[in-house]
Amino acid sequence: MRNDLTFAPALSRRAVTAGLAAGACFVAMPSMSLAQGGADAARRAVEQAVADVNRIIASGQSQQQMYADFERVFATYADVATIARSTLGVAARQATAAQLQAYTQAYQGYVSRKYGRRFREFVGGQIEVTGVRPIKSYYEVVSTAYTRGNSPADVRWHVSTNSGSPKFFNIIIQGVNMLASERTEVQAILDQQGGSIDRLTQALRSA
Amino acid sequence: MAIKKALLRLPMMAAISGLALLAACGPAPHATGTADPQEEVNRQRHNFNKGVDRHVLRPVSHTYGHVPGPIRTGVSNFAENLELPSDVVNGVLQGRPGNALQNTGRFLVNSTIGILGIFDPASHIGMPARKTDFGETLYTWGVGEGVYVENLFFGPSTERDTWGKIVDQIANPLHFLLDSPETGYTTVAKGGEVLDKRYTYSGAFDDILYDSADSYSQARLAYLQNRRYTLEQNAGVSGTSGGDDGFIDPYADASGDGAAAPAPADFIDPYEDANAQ
Repeated sequence: MRNDLTFAPALSRRAVTAGLAAGACFVAMPSMSLAQGGADAARRAVEQAVADVNRIIASGQSQQQMYADFERVFATYADVATIARSTLGVAARQATAAQLQAYTQAYQGYVSRKYGRRFREFVGGQIEVTGVRPIKSYYEVVSTAYTRGNSPADVRWHVSTNSGSPKFFNIIIQGVNMLASERTEVQAILDQQGGSIDRLTQALRSA
Repeated sequence: MAIKKALLRLPMMAAISGLALLAACGPAPHATGTADPQEEVNRQRHNFNKGVDRHVLRPVSHTYGHVPGPIRTGVSNFAENLELPSDVVNGVLQGRPGNALQNTGRFLVNSTIGILGIFDPASHIGMPARKTDFGETLYTWGVGEGVYVENLFFGPSTERDTWGKIVDQIANPLHFLLDSPETGYTTVAKGGEVLDKRYTYSGAFDDILYDSADSYSQARLAYLQNRRYTLEQNAGVSGTSGGDDGFIDPYADASGDGAAAPAPADFIDPYEDANAQ
């Protein structure tokens, strides 16, 4: 009891100091990115995501561990909530907040497994970021993917810096738009599930 | 004999070259969306093609995959080398002499130093392939893509590109130069090339055909987007990812634009009520 009393003020003082420091960071970050240009931030985010993916592929861990790692990278660098919502199309408007959240969670795992399966094809390859340009209120980070036995592929990342930290919401590989293809796919599964978001979520969990 | 055959075709070649003047018209405008009025027929053909893939192409390509990689590459190189004369003619017709020259150089180098095209030294000395087809030639003349078509055996295409393929088959300069046994080899090599492609990109093929909920729509989308992108890149039409429709703004539709605002629970629509009786 006595300990609590003496400890509490000390803790809260520290907490306040820490809180102030964190607050200063939040204030400083947007103004810094404005000064440096969001383009640099968008570019760095893509480069970090690519570096993380390359590390996972080279790690030589089991498929299951790789999926978990991919999911972490996807959750960190992609705007999963926005992507997931977009794939639902008009159905997103009828969904409750809880349904949307469950769907987003299931979709995140589904995407990590689906694309994680294919990442093996990129073993020994590399992605080189070549430029950034603004597109509407976003950024398009342009990169070239070099993989063994294939001619170089044009890979573009659409990045939003609106949420403070830059996150990508679309990838376009040789003109093939991943978000468009994801929308088509999710709509087809939704149709198969009789238009029920709950059953769609269930289907993605086991896909 | 072969030379005489080629000489006989000279007037025709000259006529085709005259068409190259059309290239000045500029490429077709940017295509958007999906025009697929024959979807029902296309879906039937898609199912047929899928059956062919499942029962023939896929299993045979897996077997072909046991052939050592360098040999498969050699076969594919041989087949691709024989497509170069056609690419050269198309390059001229498109008013792209640089591409036509590069493909001519490739053909000369790979046919000789590369031993009948089995090896590809040209790529190593800065002469990579400038692949093209008559569908692209039509594009550079301003012909629009037309509606989407899934062809039996050949798969996703458009009206324009289907005609392109037909013309490429009929007018391939090689037919005028080669006689009976040689054309047989080229057909076999072409088959090897197809199998090698199916084997090498099996991940992508299987994903679209067997791991998607609607393989027809996925194949159509991927084909149209990639084809438009390739044609526009080659034409140097802006560096964008397929123009305006290449950009999707998922943040814009999160706000629910274009949709009627959801009605509050206590809202009563008297007009709807009247009809419900």
